[in-house]
Amino acid sequence: MATFEDVKAVIVEKLGVDADKVTPEARFVEDLGADSLETVELIMGLEDRFGITISDEDAEKIRTVQAAVDYIGSQQ
Amino acid sequence: MSVTIDLSGKTALVMGVANARSLGWAIAEPLLQAGCRVGFSYQGERLRGELEKLTAGREGTWIQQADATSEEDLTALFARVREEFGHLDYLVHSIAYAPRAAMEGRFIATTPEDWNTALNVSAYTLVSTARHAEPLLRPGGSIVSLTYHASQQVVPKYNVMGVAKAALEAATRYLAADLGKADVRVNTISAGAMRTVAARSIPGFSGLYDEAGRRAALGRHATPEEVGKLALFLLSDLGSGVTGQTVYVDAGANIMTMPLE
Repeated sequence: MATFEDVKAVIVEKLGVDADKVTPEARFVEDLGADSLETVELIMGLEDRFGITISDEDAEKIRTVQAAVDYIGSQQ
Repeated sequence: MSVTIDLSGKTALVMGVANARSLGWAIAEPLLQAGCRVGFSYQGERLRGELEKLTAGREGTWIQQADATSEEDLTALFARVREEFGHLDYLVHSIAYAPRAAMEGRFIATTPEDWNTALNVSAYTLVSTARHAEPLLRPGGSIVSLTYHASQQVVPKYNVMGVAKAALEAATRYLAADLGKADVRVNTISAGAMRTVAARSIPGFSGLYDEAGRRAALGRHATPEEVGKLALFLLSDLGSGVTGQTVYVDAGANIMTMPLE
């Protein structure tokens, strides 16, 4: 089961942001400053970390930290 | 038959590795395994960390920031190559970019700015890096770049990047003609759809990826490791006599118009 902390670690690494900015409601683009390539890197980082495959359609819907936690939980 | 490829004493510059899934890295890996010394250039600061991680503890490697569209950066990069290696055997160009807006709408709407950016970053930089490399390249040297079949057939949304890849393939032939007398070869690898960061940034990529796998003669996708093996062939003496070519490694997707059944 993916925990918030596991997801947060991937986000901090891929987006290079301060850990305390990664709150459940933080949005990747607007709040954490991810550009289009970083967004893809983040999705692929989550795939690697949790051993799942995220389709483009699903990736489009994952816009906040909590959405990522929920999505990964639903896939495992 | 057993063939051992020993590249000890050889040197390479690999431009455009973003992370472990990059095709540039898939090409660098077998070069390093064969004993080649490899320098890496990255476009901007945010790519540095990933490259530092990949090259940590790998003997004979170094990294340097260089925006391939900057003459100044290229001059500094090739000065570093001269300082580190004294010469160059292999150049790997794995660089492409088009503004996202140019890959979302219709091709006919491409702006002159986006056209220039895509063609400059994705095709002209092969010419400029080859020019900077020329004085350092020894006989037997070889240059490879990465292209995609959208240069030859329409791939929805690929738009101006398809034109840029066509320019890259044509530039490969002209560079091969210029450098051939010095026994330097120039080829480009047309890799099938692979799940790299750059590819997945293309709108609709997953549909394209699935279709390529269904259609391919081998009934699967080609892999980054297979791109690395082809690059090793084209760069090393195994590929002597091969120049100016666009060589496909796509599990046979490009020869099919639709799946057999």
